[in-house]
Amino acid sequence: MKHFDTPHPEAWLRVLPDGLFCEPGGFYVDPVRPVDRAVITHAHADHARPGHAHVLASAETLAIMRVRMGVDRAGTVQQEQPYGQVLTIGEVRVWLQPAGHVLGAAQVAMEWRGSRAVVSGDYKRAPDPTCAPFEPIPCDVFVTEATFALPVFRHPPPEAEIAKLLASVALFPERTHVVGAYALGKCQRVIALLRRAGWDRPIYLHGAQMPLCAEYERLGVPLGDLRPATVANKADLAGAIVIAPPGAIADRWARRLAEPVVCLASGWMRVRQRARSRGVELPLVISDHADWDELNATVDEVGAPEIWVTHGREEALIHEVAKRGVRGRALRLLGYGDEEEDLPAQGEAA
Amino acid sequence: MIAFAELLERLVLTPGRLAKIALLRRYFATEPDPDRGFALAALTGELAFQAAKPMLIRGLAEARTDPTLFAWSYDYVGDLADTVALMWPAKPTNQPAPGMTEVIQTLIATPKTDLPDIVAGWLDASDASGRYALLKLITGSLRVGASARLAKVALAELAGGRIAPDEIEEIWHGLTPPYLPLFEWLEGTAERPDPAGAPVFRPLMLAQPLEPPDFAALDPAAFRAEWKWDGIRAQLVAMPGGRRVYSRGAEDISNSFPELIEAMDFHAVLDGEILVLRDGVVAPFADLQQRLGRKVVGGKMLRDYPVHVRLYDMLFDGAEDLRALTFDERRVRLEAWFARTQPARMDLSAMIPFQTIAELSEIRDGTRAASIEGLMLKRANSPYVPGRPKGQWWKWKRDPLSIDAVMMYAQRGHGKRSSFYSDYTFGLWREDGELVPVGKAYSGFTDAELVQLDRWVRNHTTNRYGPVREVERGMVMEIAFDAAQRSNRHKSGVALRFPRVARLRWDKPAAEADKLETLMNTIENLSH
Ligand SMILES: [Zn+2]
Ligand SMILES: [Zn+2]
Repeated sequence: MKHFDTPHPEAWLRVLPDGLFCEPGGFYVDPVRPVDRAVITHAHADHARPGHAHVLASAETLAIMRVRMGVDRAGTVQQEQPYGQVLTIGEVRVWLQPAGHVLGAAQVAMEWRGSRAVVSGDYKRAPDPTCAPFEPIPCDVFVTEATFALPVFRHPPPEAEIAKLLASVALFPERTHVVGAYALGKCQRVIALLRRAGWDRPIYLHGAQMPLCAEYERLGVPLGDLRPATVANKADLAGAIVIAPPGAIADRWARRLAEPVVCLASGWMRVRQRARSRGVELPLVISDHADWDELNATVDEVGAPEIWVTHGREEALIHEVAKRGVRGRALRLLGYGDEEEDLPAQGEAA
Repeated sequence: MIAFAELLERLVLTPGRLAKIALLRRYFATEPDPDRGFALAALTGELAFQAAKPMLIRGLAEARTDPTLFAWSYDYVGDLADTVALMWPAKPTNQPAPGMTEVIQTLIATPKTDLPDIVAGWLDASDASGRYALLKLITGSLRVGASARLAKVALAELAGGRIAPDEIEEIWHGLTPPYLPLFEWLEGTAERPDPAGAPVFRPLMLAQPLEPPDFAALDPAAFRAEWKWDGIRAQLVAMPGGRRVYSRGAEDISNSFPELIEAMDFHAVLDGEILVLRDGVVAPFADLQQRLGRKVVGGKMLRDYPVHVRLYDMLFDGAEDLRALTFDERRVRLEAWFARTQPARMDLSAMIPFQTIAELSEIRDGTRAASIEGLMLKRANSPYVPGRPKGQWWKWKRDPLSIDAVMMYAQRGHGKRSSFYSDYTFGLWREDGELVPVGKAYSGFTDAELVQLDRWVRNHTTNRYGPVREVERGMVMEIAFDAAQRSNRHKSGVALRFPRVARLRWDKPAAEADKLETLMNTIENLSH
């Protein structure tokens, strides 16, 4: 039973230029500029920025942040917070719950005077062998992303996409399949999916993919035999699978490989035109973000009468949930979505 | 349908010819009859059902989706069939995904009014790529970058090297879907299907472009010269089993030219150029374009754009195959046949006498008539061989012309360019200071330039008309073209042939672009 004077989250969660600010706790969630006190949902660069004085995040997120930005820049004080363990900051009860997005990714649940808001960060609902699954938390306001909030975005089962990749490797055994996959999360998920599909041969990595794969293994996610993809071992790469940053699959580095089949693992690949405009020959619709159905199902599951949308196609999601009596509010937070999948294909129409 | 949909998905995005052939070969090798035969017909445009209108797809979408979400999705995706395939809210169904044969046979047999319900059921039973293939198939828009030729090369590979693609080509138009005798022949379980008197296509002999290092070495005595006319290369086939006009790509274009079919009251296979001819004068290519791609040609069309064939060569005289003879021998046969037959709507391509290559070069430079693209040089002793055999036939095109024009309008492109403003209407200045549109260019720029142009268009839009944006007068483009001709159907009074972007003149102020008058003067000079 809620007390009659339970405050609306609008009264204590404010959108400021630096990001979403929890006033009675005195902290920001995923601030876009250096602040005194930050709670970080996950280590993608648009959510985890360097230079905060005090950072609270999952142990995995902090470990990945240290690899990506250096020990010093990942926060003067770094406080590891296990999933599900409640902590009080100022007047606010705060805890983290898995978001299913990448290793260490968390939703931030906050409660003040009986009013509960959950900031999901980026999330997905499809199972991922490299991270803990999303756990819905009932709340009064659910703060959600909307990267793929159009009904054209429905991610197929990732296993089927990996099967497509392996079928192509079988059809073109003399060519190198170069898979573009974002260095944090997607790369390791693709590797883990390949291993589950029985691919036990070495997987070759572009140099930029190495440090985070090593960190995932250190954090207990086994990835099998990984080797550097260099021009020196070009001959070994015929018939092999190489994973590279999305920006490298169409450039000179990739062209030096044996007749590369350019693949890209991304939710955007659902739209053929996006694959074409990036010169992708084999699109793999594998995303670490919720698709249209997952976004809607999640809103229903958490039962919030109101959602706030941080970034993406907010108008479509707000339109859709309104039909079910859920109020939607676009936060228009600037600075999100400039990394990984949040970024539409280059040269795409505005 | 699942295997076919997968094939389509890959063909659409695969740039490499060899890779496309490998994909097609695997499909034909692994799919059963008659599915693979119907797929072959779909890919080569040989299916005989009337294509559904896009309205059908739109209607289906409206019945099942939220109009606001549909509008946003369509705007995002850019292609109707693609949008519906992706967002279709499937009703749960026990039906399996429809098979290729079932789909094709239903489309042939079902009246249009019953289609929507059937199609909706198919869409429910398919995944997104299956839905895409279905919708493209139904609307007859299966352009997937796999030409009919590639399909035949892949079929030939099925025979493990025993059969050449051209051998398939020569019986192709005597066959009908689902091509069971063809597959039996390819797989070695039956003899080659006999086209008998069927009006089948024979692959054309083509020319290589003549470049400066080549022509110095040419022996003038060994070659014959003809004009290269700017029309449509075609093969006329009149056999006891029927009459056909084929494009050089083996496409049956008979429907577009009923008066030619009527004139072919003989038994022969001829190689020539289709032209629009008025009082013996060849009309601009734009006039011939009016006649292309029509299922039915009305009386007015026939009167206003009368076509004619200029004959280059003879492949069959009656049932006699002349292709092993030399060019000179075939020419004698062609002339004799022509004198004997006197076919309506046809004449002989003139032979150009010359002594030296230098003399020929002068002749080429001296003729600027827009209907002539340049010269053809044919080796006197060349047999008629399909393809582009080295050193046999040469095409010697004139140098292109160019103007500096100003971009006026931009439109979104098609296919992979649907998210870019890639079609540009350009204009030249008239004396009174008005900019007059003179043509449209879609090509000639690099992908990187396209991105720049697209950005420029978006940042300099002054007006929008549906898919078209009017832009500020600020972008000068050097436009190359092959010929220019006076035309009353264009506001500018001029029609350009093959306009394309030669260079982006970021450096040039719009006011310094060319005047229309300059172009008009060029035409005057050209026609003398
Ligand atoms: Zn993220
Ligand atoms: Zn994000």
